[in-house]
Amino acid sequence: MKVAETSPGFAFEKAPEAEGWNRPPVIEPDGEGELLEVSMGPHHPSTHGVFRMDVALDGERVIRLKPVFGYLHRNHEQIAETTSYLSMMPYTDRLDYFCSLSNNWAYALAVEKLVGQAVPERAEYIRVILAELTRVQNHASAIGFLIQEMGASGTPLMYAFKEREKILDLFESLTGSRMMCNYMRFGGCRVDTSAAWLEATRKVVAGLPHFIDEYEALLSENEILMARCQGVGVLKPELAVNAGITGPMLRASGVNYDIRRVDHYGIYDRFKFRVPLGEHGDIYDRYMVRVLEMRESIKILEQALKEIPSGPVMDAKAKIRGFRPKPGEAYGRIEAPKGELGFYLISDGGNGPYRFRVRPPSLINLTVLEDMCLGHNVADVVLIFGSVDIVLGEVDR
Amino acid sequence: MLGEGILKGLAETAKNFAGSFVSKERMTTVEYPEERLPLPEASRNFPFLVYDGTDWEAGLRCVACQICEKECPPKCIYIDKSKDKKPDHVGKMQIYPTKFDIDISICMSCQICVEVCPFEAIKMDSEYELATDDRFGGLLLDRHQLAKPNEYYHKIHPTEAAEVDARLAEEKVKADAKAKAAAAAPKPAAVPAAKPAIVASSVASPKEGEAG
Amino acid sequence: MKTVEQIKAAIEAAVPGAGVTIVTNPSPSAQHSLLLNPSQAIAVANFLREDEELALDFLSNVTGVDYLDKEVAEKVKVTKQVAKTVDGVEQTIEETVEETRKHLEPGHLEAVYHLFSMRKKHGPVVLRMRTVNRTDKVELPSFTPIWRSAEFQEREIFDLYGIVFAGHPDLRRLLMWPEFKDHPMRKDYVEPDDFEYEPTAHDSVMARAKSHEAAGEQASLSSAEAAR
Ligand code: SF4
Ligand code: SF4
Repeated sequence: MKVAETSPGFAFEKAPEAEGWNRPPVIEPDGEGELLEVSMGPHHPSTHGVFRMDVALDGERVIRLKPVFGYLHRNHEQIAETTSYLSMMPYTDRLDYFCSLSNNWAYALAVEKLVGQAVPERAEYIRVILAELTRVQNHASAIGFLIQEMGASGTPLMYAFKEREKILDLFESLTGSRMMCNYMRFGGCRVDTSAAWLEATRKVVAGLPHFIDEYEALLSENEILMARCQGVGVLKPELAVNAGITGPMLRASGVNYDIRRVDHYGIYDRFKFRVPLGEHGDIYDRYMVRVLEMRESIKILEQALKEIPSGPVMDAKAKIRGFRPKPGEAYGRIEAPKGELGFYLISDGGNGPYRFRVRPPSLINLTVLEDMCLGHNVADVVLIFGSVDIVLGEVDR
Repeated sequence: MLGEGILKGLAETAKNFAGSFVSKERMTTVEYPEERLPLPEASRNFPFLVYDGTDWEAGLRCVACQICEKECPPKCIYIDKSKDKKPDHVGKMQIYPTKFDIDISICMSCQICVEVCPFEAIKMDSEYELATDDRFGGLLLDRHQLAKPNEYYHKIHPTEAAEVDARLAEEKVKADAKAKAAAAAPKPAAVPAAKPAIVASSVASPKEGEAG
Repeated sequence: MKTVEQIKAAIEAAVPGAGVTIVTNPSPSAQHSLLLNPSQAIAVANFLREDEELALDFLSNVTGVDYLDKEVAEKVKVTKQVAKTVDGVEQTIEETVEETRKHLEPGHLEAVYHLFSMRKKHGPVVLRMRTVNRTDKVELPSFTPIWRSAEFQEREIFDLYGIVFAGHPDLRRLLMWPEFKDHPMRKDYVEPDDFEYEPTAHDSVMARAKSHEAAGEQASLSSAEAAR
């Protein structure tokens, strides 16, 4: 059998034969003259890292857009096949380096499913607190970057980072590191939180609503923001579901799917919170959904900080190293700030995984980038891309 | 009115700008080399080896069991185990590492080595100004460069170090009791002189059972 | 939600000759999977998505797995005619002996799909498909026309494992560069010894770097030498 010859550039020349495929619409150039092919990135200030888009332009209008990946590829999944389960934990920090604690949780959850490990109550509460703090700081900075790309260089991003700094300080004083936390373990958490840490967290959480009010006063009604975001980069709910979009992007299109609600992993069924949904599926809705999600996260944080029980943070029977799970497999997933983050592990009875797969929300959310950008101006591509909220460490792995 | 939202945003920034002159809350920047923020106690950077007593070579707690070498995710620890035994700081015969290198250009500061060490021999340092222009020699730390006294550990992580000391003292009491019981047992001749030290060290390692 | 057995029954009722096998998962997670026959897979997938009760409209995760050829040794009981002398008389007796038989289980590549339902909020339903072997018959039908979320993930598997997804509209390498040969996630992949190594202080990379240096290829490595 002949393996399809891979070619750089545009492959849609050979039009897809399969019927009913949700392919991006074909846009016909309207003017005369040639199409201009532009390679945006990999070193483009707006691409958040080393990400490239091959764009074909008719004047200012985007006719085709193909993302090109792999500039940050380090074969994360293969590293896992050569190490033990514990040694893989710090590597997960480096996937989405904005949200290392969510990554830790997703991986710990998958291993716990694989070996049938229970987690003590207090550890579950700590996990929820950390995951929600992560969500707040991720959404705040995601919005900051989005606005930065709109041309408001500096101010909103610095507002977000000021708040993020407080949260990172909390992470550092608990886990020892600001971004590469490496905190959760199979069957609990590495160290217990002190009363002083919880007190400091309560103080930071109490200050968050004020921060969001300030942030919204700064941005939400800004006419430039509305003009540039409303009605741009619309994603239809049918396509969003079909393309496996998850997280704030999916909910901005109006699909009610939040894994915290669906799976009730951890102890999320104990908290009262609402799932904000968008209506139009445009950039503005994505911005608004993130703002509202931050507000809901604060509600969860307040409840968790009030109810957190005392007790151990590690299950007594838990083993963090030197265990060999029975042959089998498990898929564990959580609602990470960017979408569904899943880890799929296959064990062959060894002390490391036989197969380790990350389901990266950032990569899969980019599936519809072309669909959203077609027909818009180049300047909007930057914005639409920013509204997806990706981290290249997770896209390329 | 068109522009109202923009004005509202500008009012917000103006408030913060003016506020930064009067309120410390709003003034968030720190002028780094001159000013420094205190590090939190848990802060970690690269590992170091703890030694007791005054002689760094004899006092190293590490017994070259090589668990950390095996578990280190990027495999940046390199250990050579000694063939003989040398007295440690209290005079017990112990195996020691003849070579213990950590390549901190590769180390990912993950603290896994600290967690898995059953002898409380390796701990995390919080020193962060380690820049050097020598990529190979300057960043490959040998056991002399890594050795730091227990007092230093107490200085950077006081709470944790106190806990570790208490735990070690408790284990020592237990080990001594056991050694005494072994010595008082009917067949003391069967136990060679060096044996109690080994018994003691294996008892002193509650986590060693998981080593496999 | 339906159990795997019920789903299997439903599929077989809807798609005649679907040839679905249940692969049990002995781990505590108990996420059993359905092994599909590649020739019927598209019909089965369409059914799973359209069925009112299952409504698996969300394909979350696509994974490639590589299984090498492996020699399996099993103990089998065989009955043999053995000539023996019993009480001085030569007789043929039937005797059961245990024998270890070895046979080669051919390796294969596998694609695993995790399906959920956004409408019904249930899942996962795990589907797997296997190629015939690892060398030339590596074709599987693509699910991209049914669930677009497979688009990049199948490209990634094509890139890293070399499964060719027939019907994929845009099957190119995703992470490696287009000129790259080989499939790096396969278990028997050997790195080509052709790039400039960043030597570390010890380990195999250093050893290889030294061999390069011996060959006079990289003068820059002398600083690494100094470090030792
Ligand atoms: S901190 Fe992590 S990477 Fe560094 S030496 Fe210890 S185990 Fe290895
Ligand atoms: S685990 Fe501890 S005692 Fe063993 S070699 Fe490492 S530092 Fe030394």
